[in-house]
Amino acid sequence: MILNTITNGVVLDHIQAGGAMEIYKALNLDKLECQVAIIKNADSVKMGKKDILKICEPIDINLDVLGYLAPGVTVSIIEDGTVVKRKHIEPPEKIVGIIKCTNPRCITSIEQELPNIFKLTDRENLVYRCIYCESKCKKQGDIK
Amino acid sequence: MRSLIDIKELTTQEIDELIVVAKDIIANPAKYSEKCKGKKLATLFYEASTRTRLSFEAAMYELGGNVLGFASSDNSSASKGESVADTVRVCSGYADIIAMRHPKEGAPLVASMHSLVPIINAGDGGHNHPTQTLTDLLTINREKGRFDNLVVGLCGDLKFGRTVHSLIGAMARYNNIKFVLISPDELKVPSYIKQELDKSNIEYVETRSLEEAIPELDILYMTRVQRERFFNEEDYLRLKDTYILNMSKLSKAKDDLSILHPLPRVNEISVEIDNDPRACYFEQALNGKYIRMALIMKLLGVE
Ligand SMILES: [Zn+2]
Repeated sequence: MILNTITNGVVLDHIQAGGAMEIYKALNLDKLECQVAIIKNADSVKMGKKDILKICEPIDINLDVLGYLAPGVTVSIIEDGTVVKRKHIEPPEKIVGIIKCTNPRCITSIEQELPNIFKLTDRENLVYRCIYCESKCKKQGDIK
Repeated sequence: MRSLIDIKELTTQEIDELIVVAKDIIANPAKYSEKCKGKKLATLFYEASTRTRLSFEAAMYELGGNVLGFASSDNSSASKGESVADTVRVCSGYADIIAMRHPKEGAPLVASMHSLVPIINAGDGGHNHPTQTLTDLLTINREKGRFDNLVVGLCGDLKFGRTVHSLIGAMARYNNIKFVLISPDELKVPSYIKQELDKSNIEYVETRSLEEAIPELDILYMTRVQRERFFNEEDYLRLKDTYILNMSKLSKAKDDLSILHPLPRVNEISVEIDNDPRACYFEQALNGKYIRMALIMKLLGVE
């Protein structure tokens, strides 16, 4: 498969195979006017198969959303055809306003104006817990 | 300024200090009768819990302080839809310290983020109830004179019982504790608690039989097995008597066993046991007042 290289834009590499669509939606890439390439099941020495997202515009990526959904992803910023910045994404310690607590007994269930805040409580297993009720967030699928 | 939302916020050293003060209050109550003179405690109880509220109020009165507040959300601003944050912003202008009970988990934490005065979590749904755990710890300490080298049995609803979970967490910090977890299969301790015990290399066994477990126990913490926790009536009826402590089961226990129960009791401890010297649950309720006195003093910075 041949794809044009990007002159100016952002590349998200080393996405777990099958994970690209979810990131595409969570980062609202469907709202962009520019070209976006979703590459599925690309060969990878490290991962076997991987997904890649190429965005042909220099946009700001919400790194908290990305770090929560897909820690391990590499973000490359491309300007004039060269990579000017490359970053390996770590899971964020704290995520604010990205996922919603689904525990019906949580105070956030009756006071909607409270900010939804989750803290990373187990880095090894990527467990996030609501700071109010300490419920585990159900990984994925509950992005606001 | 400091609040107490979760028992885990207190170090074992701070717990020891609170226990020393509580014991001194018990020994010399007159010395403490004016410690909080001129101070006010607000009890903001969004859900009725007469026992806990009276314990807080008695604690403040015995320190020479005063009390204001509401006992349920029926007549309060909460029923008019005011947020916890707003209620607390206002009330923290009227009181020096606040004890809050709320049916929703995390409400006291929200309060502590907006309050000008210390917040004590007096129970938030099935989540935290740190003063109950402090009460349990004071009782164990007064009965045994120590927190280490104990075999601690917990019996009944170990799945939903938050007092059980916090007590396990608090006791697991001391040396050479063994837990004996006695419950029906339906109400076993959640796996995340067992994982934590495994991680810290703390010994525990799970059993369905109170009768078989009782001889080795130093502490027996009883809880209520509630009908609504079972899928069907048959299972409940089959199991409920297994977890009732009566004289015949108690006859197999050590002479210096200490029986605790967070109260209210329904039928899980037969009344015939109330006069046995091993029954500590009524003293436990009283201990709740003394440890709350020590806690109020600590959070108000009263020496
Ligand atoms: Zn929550």
